[in-house]
Amino acid sequence: MARTVQKSGVLPVPNITLIEAVNLAMASEMRRDPNVVVLGEDIGRNGGVFRATLGLLDEFGEGRVIDTPLAETLVAAMAIGLSTQGIKAVAEIQFSGFLYPCVDQVVNHAARYRNRTRGRMSCPLVIRAPNSGGIHAPEHHSESLETTFAQMPGLRVVCPSSPARAYGLLLAAIRDPDPVIFLEPTRLYRLFKQPVEDDGEALPLDSCFIDRSGADLTLVSWGAMMHDTRLVADQLAEEGISAEVIDIATLKPLDMATILASVAKTGRCVIVSESPRAGGWASEVAANLAEHGLLSLFAPVMRVAGYDTVMPLAQLERSYIPDTDRILREVRKLFEMAPK
Amino acid sequence: MKLLNHDSKATTRIASYEIFRTQYLNPDGSLIADPPAFTKDREQARAMYALMLRTRLFDKKAVALQRTGQLGTYAAVLGQEAIGVAIGHSLADDDIFIPGYREYAAQFARGVPLRAILQYWGGDERGMDYPAGTPAHHDFPLSVPIATQVPHAIGVAYAMKLRGEKRVVLASCGDGATSKGDFYEAVSSAKIWNLPIVFLISNNGWAISMPSHRQTGAQTFAQKGLAGGINGEQVDGNDVIATRAVLSAAIERARNGEGPSLVEALTYRLHDHTTADDARRYRPEAEVTAAWERCPVKRFKAYIEAQGFWNQADEDALVAEGTAAAEAAAQEFLKLKPAAPESMFDHLYASLPKALEWQRDEVAARGPVQGAH
Ligand SMILES: Cc1ncc(C[n+]2csc(CCOP(=O)(O)OP(=O)(O)O)c2C)c(N)n1
Ligand SMILES: [Mg+2]
Repeated sequence: MARTVQKSGVLPVPNITLIEAVNLAMASEMRRDPNVVVLGEDIGRNGGVFRATLGLLDEFGEGRVIDTPLAETLVAAMAIGLSTQGIKAVAEIQFSGFLYPCVDQVVNHAARYRNRTRGRMSCPLVIRAPNSGGIHAPEHHSESLETTFAQMPGLRVVCPSSPARAYGLLLAAIRDPDPVIFLEPTRLYRLFKQPVEDDGEALPLDSCFIDRSGADLTLVSWGAMMHDTRLVADQLAEEGISAEVIDIATLKPLDMATILASVAKTGRCVIVSESPRAGGWASEVAANLAEHGLLSLFAPVMRVAGYDTVMPLAQLERSYIPDTDRILREVRKLFEMAPK
Repeated sequence: MKLLNHDSKATTRIASYEIFRTQYLNPDGSLIADPPAFTKDREQARAMYALMLRTRLFDKKAVALQRTGQLGTYAAVLGQEAIGVAIGHSLADDDIFIPGYREYAAQFARGVPLRAILQYWGGDERGMDYPAGTPAHHDFPLSVPIATQVPHAIGVAYAMKLRGEKRVVLASCGDGATSKGDFYEAVSSAKIWNLPIVFLISNNGWAISMPSHRQTGAQTFAQKGLAGGINGEQVDGNDVIATRAVLSAAIERARNGEGPSLVEALTYRLHDHTTADDARRYRPEAEVTAAWERCPVKRFKAYIEAQGFWNQADEDALVAEGTAAAEAAAQEFLKLKPAAPESMFDHLYASLPKALEWQRDEVAARGPVQGAH
C-alpha cells in the first residue's frame, strides 16, 4: 500500500496504523499545548512496549516524557496529582491486566475530586492502555477492562476502532476537563492503515459513530470487536441483508439516542463485546433497549460476548474471543425468529 | 544527615544500620575467603553446576523455539541461573517457593518439568499444574503481575506459624518489583508476626528498559528490609556459593523462629527482557559485554575444576545430556495436543455452576477454532 494518499491536491495525508495514530495525537497535542505530559513505564527511551510514545522523548525531553518506576498505583496517582495542578497527564499502563492497581486511585480519587470538592478541584487526565486479546500475549496481557471502568461514575471510557478515530478521540480525551480511560485495541494496532490528517481536530466524546447505515439489522460494537462486526456486515450485505453498524467508541457516557434511532429503523439488534458477558457493557446497551426500544423490536436483543471465564492463555484465546462465526450465528437466529 | 545541622544535645542518634554483602568467588573462580562446608562435597558441587548449565541449555532452546515461531513470548534467565540453583539447594522439600517468572533453575530443582515451563509461555494452562509428589506441587506458579505474589508470603507463612510448623516461605521478585506497594506492604508487615519468610530480590540491573538506579534513590535494595524492621543483606548473585550460603542462613533463621530476612542478589540480565523486547534500544552493548565477565556458570565451573571435581569429559557429557533434555522437552511440548477449548471452564470453580454449563457446552460443540495456533 502506498505510504501516503493525496487529499484534494493539498499536502499528502499520511496513511497510518492505529498505534501510529495514537502516537500522532500525543505528539500533536504536546506541540500545541505545553501543559501536556506523558508518563508511564518504559515510555521514554524505549518508546513504550507497543511503541506508542516513540520519538516523544527526543522531541519533548525528559521533563515532559516521564519514565516512571514500575508502579501502576504511582502512575495513576502521579497523573492525578499533576492534573490537579493544571498539567494534562497522559499516562500509559503497559498492559490491560496491570490496570487493576489503578482502580483504587482512579475510582476513589480521579473520578471524585471534582465531586468531593464541589468543583474546586478536577482531574483532567487520560489513562491509556492496550486492551483485549488476540495477539498471543502472555497471561494478564489480554484482558478487556472497559466495563470495569465504564461502570464507575465520573469517568469517561473510550475504545477507538480505527486510526482516524484513535487520533480524534485521543485529542478529545486529552482536552476533556475530566478523567478519561482510553483503551486501545491491541489486535487492531497494526492490522490496517488509514489516511489520518494531523489537523488537530478532536472527535466528540459523547456520540456513537454510525459506521454504515442499514435497514434490516443494527450491529453494535466497539474497540477490537468492531473489526469482526464490520466483516459480518460485509458478509450479510452479500446475502442481501442490510446491517447498520454502530461503533459506540465512547462507552461512557453512553449515547443511547443513536442506537435507539437505529433500532427504531431496523427492529433487530446484536451487540458484540469481547469483555465477559455477565454485567458487561453489552448488557447495559441491551437493558436500555429493553426500557426504551422494546416497541420497535421484532426480535429479542442478542449479545455476543466473551464467556464468563478467565481469559484463557494464548492457545485457547480464539475460542474465547467472539468472531464472525459466532456473530453470524446470533444474527441468523434473529432472522429465523423475525424474518425479513 | 541531620535536619538540624547542629551539635546540640537536643538531637541524638537513636539508631544506625549496616548493610553487608557476601561474595566467596572472584569472577575467575578463585576464592576470596574460605567457603562453606557444602562446597567441599564433590557430589553437591557437581549437582549445583549441572543444574546451572542444564538451565542455561534449556533457556537457549526456549529462545530458539520462540525465534522460530514455536513458542510465545519467553522471559530468558540467561546470566541469572545461579540464584535459582541456590534457591533450589537451600529450601527444604516442604518449604514453599513463591516465584516471580524467571527462577526456572529453582523450579526445576523442585520438580517442575522443563516441558511445563514451555507450556506456560506457549499459552497452555496445563503447564502450571506441577507434578504430584514433588516439592513444586505445593509451590506457587509463575506470577506475571509484578510483585503481587510477594505479599502472599505473609498469609502462607502465617498459616505455617498458626499450625506450629517449622516450614519456611521464600518469595522472589525483581529489582523493578520493589517499586510496587505490594512489595512494601509485605516487607513492612512480616516482622509484626515474626514470620518465617525470606524475601529475595533478584537485582538484574534492569526492569525492561529502566536501569535499577531509576527505580529508587536508595543506595541498595537490601536496605528496604530495614524499614520493615528486618535484616537486609546483599549477596553476589552470580556467585552460587555465596548465594546459597546467605539464603541457607536466612532460611534457617526463619525456621528457628528468628523471623524474616531480605536478600538482594546482585546479578545481570544478559538477554533482552523477553523475546518481545530489543534491549539494544536502551542498553549499551559494552555493559552487556562487561557483564559476561561475571557470568555465574563460568565462575563456578572454574571453581569446581580447581577443586578437581570437574573435567572436560564431565563438561562434554553434561552439555550433551542437557542439550538432549532441552530438545526432548521441546519435542514433548510440540507434540502435545492442545487442550480442549471447553477446558477453559474446568477450573473456574471447584465445580462449574449450572448457570455456566451452556457456555461450556457451546464452546465444546464448536470445537477448536481455526487460527488458534
Ligand atoms: C504490575 C505489572 N506492571 C507491568 C508489567 C510489565 N512488566 C513485565 S516484567 C517488567 C519489568 C520487571 O522488572 P524486574 O522486577 O526488575 O524483573 P526482571 O524482569 O528484571 O526479572 C514489567 C514492567 C507487569 N508484568 N506487571
Ligand atoms: Mg530486574
